[in-house]
Amino acid sequence: MIPATFDYHAPSSLADAVALLDKLGDDAKVLAGGMSLLPMLKIRLAQVGHLVDIGRIPGLDYIKEEGGTLKIGAATKETALERSELIRTKYPILLDTAAVIADPIVRNRATAGGNLAHGDPANDHPATMLALGASVVARGPRGERTIPVDQFFKGLFTTALAANEILTEIRIPTPPARSGGAYVKLERKVGDFATAAAAAQLTLGANGAIEKAGIGLTNAGPVPIKAVEAEQYLVGKKPDDATLQEAGRLAAKAANPSVDRRGSVDYKREMARVLTVRALKAAVRRAGGQ
Amino acid sequence: MAMHKITVTVNGTPHSAEVESRLLLVHFIRENLVMTGTHIGCDTSHCGACTVLLDGEPVKSCTVLAVQADGRQVMTVEGLEQNGTLDPIQEGFMQEHGLQCGYCTPGMMMTSYALLKRSKQPTEDDIRHAISGNLCRCTGYVNIVKAVQYAAAKQQ
Repeated sequence: MIPATFDYHAPSSLADAVALLDKLGDDAKVLAGGMSLLPMLKIRLAQVGHLVDIGRIPGLDYIKEEGGTLKIGAATKETALERSELIRTKYPILLDTAAVIADPIVRNRATAGGNLAHGDPANDHPATMLALGASVVARGPRGERTIPVDQFFKGLFTTALAANEILTEIRIPTPPARSGGAYVKLERKVGDFATAAAAAQLTLGANGAIEKAGIGLTNAGPVPIKAVEAEQYLVGKKPDDATLQEAGRLAAKAANPSVDRRGSVDYKREMARVLTVRALKAAVRRAGGQ
Repeated sequence: MAMHKITVTVNGTPHSAEVESRLLLVHFIRENLVMTGTHIGCDTSHCGACTVLLDGEPVKSCTVLAVQADGRQVMTVEGLEQNGTLDPIQEGFMQEHGLQCGYCTPGMMMTSYALLKRSKQPTEDDIRHAISGNLCRCTGYVNIVKAVQYAAAKQQ
């Protein structure tokens, strides 16, 4: 399958890339790893006049902690997240997530920034970033702005990014002590989108009660879902089985999945419940609770 | 129609060509360079038959534009054999009967070759994980895993 014809640009700086996007307007798309965009162009679900490849811009590929924030460059490959010692030891929820995206070969090209900027509710990073309370940095002609991830997803394949903006960095607040998170995905086979998946991030207080809770759901509606009611329910409670089960029930209530070959609406909602409970239990263990 | 002049080094030899923006790397390799060892399977980045190494990392060449490979190093299955001697991974697939129809084999070998560059003594789990993006519909994978193990042992 061959995409409809387009022009290709490979700017060597972010400023040049933004200027190009500003000039080309809606007729251009940013190409990062291309693992979502190129298949869409090939099957002609999408057609563009211009691709602006940010893959040759130096300095967009890093994983570092700075001033209480984990910063991930937008062009960082999923494979780099998987191989990072910092991610493995301090942010295992991100390792859980990166390791179940597509397959290992696709992850050599797929980028963390692209996974968010594509705006696909079936992608895996959005739920995890919602649970972690992340934000993204967008660079446009008038400089940078920071967008909280819970205000980033506007609709199917639609984000808060303007046509002349590029997502350049993901920022995750470094969780305090006694925090833990996990991402649990149900997929039919390696490489498939989630039938359902849940991300959970918890911080426990000195008395063992939950101080802070974040829950995100993948492929449970037209946009990635933040299970706010379940999060609020958990705060101040001890993470015992009954409490986590109730949070799972509340998270499933927030899910609004659609029927497809992966299952019925009821089945997917039930899987969202089960996976939320599993993610919460793993988060509690990693936070050092029971 | 946007044309671009590109130079891609394939198996150590630089190749220059003028290509359309939308030309896929797999078509550049198979049609422009007439190197047909790299196969096109699903054409949707699922099956891995088109796997080649781009700057040493396995990628699915049906989902990379030829222009994205400009100035980079590509290694295909034709690059495994050196001066008439098979690479240990090729020898492994032969000795352990790691193929039946052979369609997935070039991709399987490129992915396994990259694994063995990174990991000298991979476990069975490591191997199965590494090739989880390469589909084989004949073998049930058992002999493919043995073939990679053969190559790993040979490289010790």
